[in-house]
Amino acid sequence: MKWKTGILSLSLAAAFAVAGLAAPAAAQTPKKGGILKFVVPDEPPSFDGHRETTFALIHPIAPFYSVLIRPDPQDPADSSKFVCDICTEMPTPTDDGKTYTFKLLPGLKFHDGSDLTSKDVLATFDRIINPPEGISSARKAEFTMVESVTAPDPSTIVFKLKYPSGAFIPSLASPFHFIYSKAKLDQDPRWYEKNVMGSGPFMFDVREAGARITGKRYPNYHHKGQPYLDGFEAIFAKTQTLRVQAIRGDQAAIEFRGFPPKSRDDLVAALGKDITVQESDWNCVLIFTPNHERKPFNDVRVRRALSLAVDRWGGAPNLAKIAIVKTVGGIVFPGHPLAAKKEELTQLAGYGTDIEKSRAEARKLLKEAGVENLKFTLANRAVDQPYTIVGTWLIDQWKRAGIEVEQKAEATGPFYAQLRSGNFDVALEFNCKSVVNPLADVSKFLGSAGDQYGRFKDPALEEMHQKMNRTSDVAEQRRLMRAYEKRVLDEEAHNFISLWWYRIIPHRSYLKGWKISPSHYIGNQLDVVWIDK
Amino acid sequence: MLRYVIKRLLLMIPTLFGAAVLIFLLMRTIPGDICYLRLAAGGGSVVQDVLDNCRRELGLDQPMLTQFITFIKGLVTFDFGNSMWTNRPIMEEIGLRFELSLQVAIMATLTAILIAIPLGTISAVKQNTWIDYFVRTFTIAGIAMPSFWLGILIILTILITSKAWFGVAWMPPIRYVPLWEDPWYNLSMLIWPALATGYRYSAVATRMTRSALLEVLREDYVRTARAKGLYEKLVINRHALRNALLPVVTVVGIEFAFLMGGLVVTEQVFNLNGLGKLFVESVLNHDYQMTQILVMMVVAIFAFTNFVVDIIYAWLDPRIRYSR
Repeated sequence: MKWKTGILSLSLAAAFAVAGLAAPAAAQTPKKGGILKFVVPDEPPSFDGHRETTFALIHPIAPFYSVLIRPDPQDPADSSKFVCDICTEMPTPTDDGKTYTFKLLPGLKFHDGSDLTSKDVLATFDRIINPPEGISSARKAEFTMVESVTAPDPSTIVFKLKYPSGAFIPSLASPFHFIYSKAKLDQDPRWYEKNVMGSGPFMFDVREAGARITGKRYPNYHHKGQPYLDGFEAIFAKTQTLRVQAIRGDQAAIEFRGFPPKSRDDLVAALGKDITVQESDWNCVLIFTPNHERKPFNDVRVRRALSLAVDRWGGAPNLAKIAIVKTVGGIVFPGHPLAAKKEELTQLAGYGTDIEKSRAEARKLLKEAGVENLKFTLANRAVDQPYTIVGTWLIDQWKRAGIEVEQKAEATGPFYAQLRSGNFDVALEFNCKSVVNPLADVSKFLGSAGDQYGRFKDPALEEMHQKMNRTSDVAEQRRLMRAYEKRVLDEEAHNFISLWWYRIIPHRSYLKGWKISPSHYIGNQLDVVWIDK
Repeated sequence: MLRYVIKRLLLMIPTLFGAAVLIFLLMRTIPGDICYLRLAAGGGSVVQDVLDNCRRELGLDQPMLTQFITFIKGLVTFDFGNSMWTNRPIMEEIGLRFELSLQVAIMATLTAILIAIPLGTISAVKQNTWIDYFVRTFTIAGIAMPSFWLGILIILTILITSKAWFGVAWMPPIRYVPLWEDPWYNLSMLIWPALATGYRYSAVATRMTRSALLEVLREDYVRTARAKGLYEKLVINRHALRNALLPVVTVVGIEFAFLMGGLVVTEQVFNLNGLGKLFVESVLNHDYQMTQILVMMVVAIFAFTNFVVDIIYAWLDPRIRYSR
């Protein structure tokens, strides 16, 4: 067994050495040509980025579109760095941080040859912020700070805010905000649900229902010399085993979502230098949420005990070996300037480094609440990575504090039906976002949020969130965020963070120019990607 | 015969109607909401009026009876409507997948027949010899081994051996190209699932052939044929095998219909974009319309296959007179 581990370690070391060489490799002159094949776990329900929330749309469809601004494709790991896609430069806000004026690049064209002007950008953001009746806009709520959007001339677009907000630019940079043609939207506001016509690096080629979507290079792309690829082929492959084998057998070069550690190790052991591994913290987190309307979880002591019983620091390194989770964190993406540091985290219930002390406190709280022998059911999704694995771990943690828990894992439909009807004790759910935007991302923890299943009202928390979003002073934002976090995780114990996800992307070494980001929604326009075969 | 055919065709109507009622009701007992799944399950929130609007568009705000009448009307007029998940015509969604599933079913059936009839015959003729023992072991293994597991083994074996022999790991293509566009590419993808499913299928058919033939070989007319001094080959092929094939044809028919919609896991192992995969996805997505149409299609395939099997019965056994 030892020699196997040894070989695996050597192989891993080799692969990471290759990964380490990614920076110099990126400095190479990109080669033109080739078709990039990649696998996608699901097929998108529609082609409309403004409506959908799934990565299954982003991976095959994002390469067809431009966006106004985006996370820097050359440095997507930096969650606070944004660059223009179709604008000339990132604007400096005026009017006390309330007005943002973007100048568009000259000569922008859609794939059908029509001009892309500020009218198209205006129509796009109008549709996102104020969708007409019958049109769904998934991220409308992220733009509550926007007062108006105007297009004073064909190359200028102006966003006027009601108040300065640090959440505005990250919200604007969402990869879902495809720039649509005003003419097409005027013709039919739902045209983009079934059709594709953008101004991105690739033009739509073929869609085979349930099988694949392909794109071919757009020769008039506004970033001169790009894209490098002749085209791409997104192949839908439902099972993870098959996606891993597809990379192993070179039927695909990459899968952009992420694989568990075991799959990474298998690929590295099988392919050696032909595989490169990129890893990053992931802007996704599993949250366990007690149903506040159901006894005994209407008692804050019982809710706090649930968090106190969990040994996050001890569990993280072990779970990271088998599941796509790794990092202990609070409500903000770890490493972001607004995130809690370790010394701040350890002050919160359930984050102490002395687990025995925490569990003793949990037992005491349960006794005080009169539920010493607490038993409940954990509602979970029947998806192993990372849901059922983390669920099983949590059950073991709770058992150590004398709490008996049964896991009920269900398919996504019935799972959400339970959550929405309030027919659960405690649920393990997720918060998965694209661009790291803590001020917007933490709205999930509000009682009024559409995706809050805890069934509670907390006006004080709503007020804190509003204050946090209406200040441009980062130090003040940080202070308010700590108070907000303490209220959510500790004082009121509304929701609890288990562990943050960890993104592992093993890809064929001939794929160059693609860099991992904290989100599987980012970095999929493929304009900077090239093949070195 | 014509009267029989008409009668059988008419009998399909209550069968199809019963299946329609059943699937319509069953789909509505599964907890969950397609609108919520489509608009928010990827991560995000959705406001109630958007959900209401979505349900209105899909006709889910209508009373159950209205929804059922619309469904039946669609079936009768062959207007299957749009998928609730993709909002695209169901026929468009099914088209490519049907072609693939049909090809796999035909290839697996051919594989099964080519293996089952010779092996079953030899096994029966050479009863209790080492050949018989070998065939019986081979068939028991085929029945015991799930097709999807065999599929995984096939893929791994191909990956490992190609890497060992040629230095490059090769695996079968994972996207479908029609046979007439690129026969080599098509076959290099579909031969493996056809073998994986055909093996299990052939195991069932081989055992059926063997037992039916053993029974027939003990019949008086076979003894008579031998007593007449006919060649053994002629006795087996003309007199025994033809009569023994009746139950085999039934098994082949049922299996063929099953393959058209039931290869759920095997399709996922080989990334076959077939009807089985579509079936599972539409159930998980709560796409009522798609699931209902798929179920009705599979029921129709089963009914039609049974009908064809009955016709083949008449051809194989002239004693069967359906007109009575």
